[in-house]
Amino acid sequence: MGAPRNYQAHAVVIKETRIGEVDKILTIYTPELGKLKAVARGACRPGSKLGGNVEPLTYSLLMLAKGRNLDIVTQSQTADAFPALKSDLWRMACGLYILELVDSFTVENNENRPLFDLLLNSLNWLCQSDNNETVLRYFELHLLDCLGYRPQLQRCVICNSPIKPVVNFFGFGQGGILCSNCGQEDPAAHSISVEVLKVLRLWQRCDYATARRVVLKSELALELEQVMQGYIKYLLQREVKSIAWLDELRKTQFDNGHGRN
Amino acid sequence: MATTEPVAKLVEAFSKLPGIGPKGAQRLTYYLLRSPVEEARALAEAVLALREKIRLCSVCFNITDCDPCLICQDKERDHSKICVVERPSDIPPLEQTGKYSGVYHVLHGTISPAQGIGSRELKMKELLLRLQDGQVTEVILATNPNVEGEATAMYLRQMIQPLEIRVSRLARGLPFGADLEYADAMTLRQAIEDRQEF
Repeated sequence: MGAPRNYQAHAVVIKETRIGEVDKILTIYTPELGKLKAVARGACRPGSKLGGNVEPLTYSLLMLAKGRNLDIVTQSQTADAFPALKSDLWRMACGLYILELVDSFTVENNENRPLFDLLLNSLNWLCQSDNNETVLRYFELHLLDCLGYRPQLQRCVICNSPIKPVVNFFGFGQGGILCSNCGQEDPAAHSISVEVLKVLRLWQRCDYATARRVVLKSELALELEQVMQGYIKYLLQREVKSIAWLDELRKTQFDNGHGRN
Repeated sequence: MATTEPVAKLVEAFSKLPGIGPKGAQRLTYYLLRSPVEEARALAEAVLALREKIRLCSVCFNITDCDPCLICQDKERDHSKICVVERPSDIPPLEQTGKYSGVYHVLHGTISPAQGIGSRELKMKELLLRLQDGQVTEVILATNPNVEGEATAMYLRQMIQPLEIRVSRLARGLPFGADLEYADAMTLRQAIEDRQEF
């Protein structure tokens, strides 16, 4: 017996591309099949049965039919529309940044259940949390874990010596911490303070409930962001486009006190 | 098969248009070849006029062949209300309703972080300039009710708030002819929140 023609999938919609007048190609992330592309016919028509169920930043139950090239979404039902994300500019920007990271780091048809769980949890944390910077950094760190890019933070990745409590370095190319001696020889390495290293080590092994209790001063939050985004940029070999929008919102006074404290 | 140069050139030009493949381009070319010469000339002139005469209105950034556009020139219209839309093609359906007599402002896109489009890529600064003279009393945000349209509307609301101008958003809810059973959660939520006396 061949594979069934129709199947159901819980999915987070991570991207949409409009084709023609009323159709969309969706990029969705599912627990069983990983990232997929599917066609949502007529989704842009007012009154479409798919409509809001297949918008980015929505967790939906989809019925899909196997197509020759792309599968086709035939039915949909919203499981969680994340209204708190969609009604707050800063939270929405954080959510879109998370979606872009998932889209950039994953390939199609590659199941990764921990990544799906992390994605869904992170969108929920964004809805509940007042400090979304913590959610973003925690997500970035654990995204790298799920993808096999977990940074080595315990010993120097070059000389294997224990890390002393002084200013050390983060080697993007080496994928982890460099001791103060080895780091000075690598001009591309980013300096990392003892406090930020401690936070990274803690967040790497703890759950989110513990991670969110950490209160970071704005300088440390900025350093943490620079280290994580530097590593992500190195891995992707390009800028994450949504960062520019997050920066723009932070710079203006529009974020109503959200963002980095 | 060798094709004569003018035919090949037109096929190539047509196939660059969105939604037209090589076969479709060929069909259009041969149709024009068979049609009266006046029809072909009218089409060529219309295409040329489109590029030569059409420009953006310096006030509202709608497409126009005169500057300011006819809507901005019209003294009968209510210039204290500005309806902000994403694209020039959003204006005709609003005009067809016959319910709006204010003026417009075209943003030429929406905020789209994943495509690197922020406020600077849109006509937002120009909108802010229009609001400085104190003549405008209401800005109606008519961006599409999707994630990017919402982000744009929320950004505009926060941008306009300090000017103490009324900001309104087109009502969201169930479209005419829709089926309640199949409505998505966000739409139903909006429909319940924004319900009206009947």
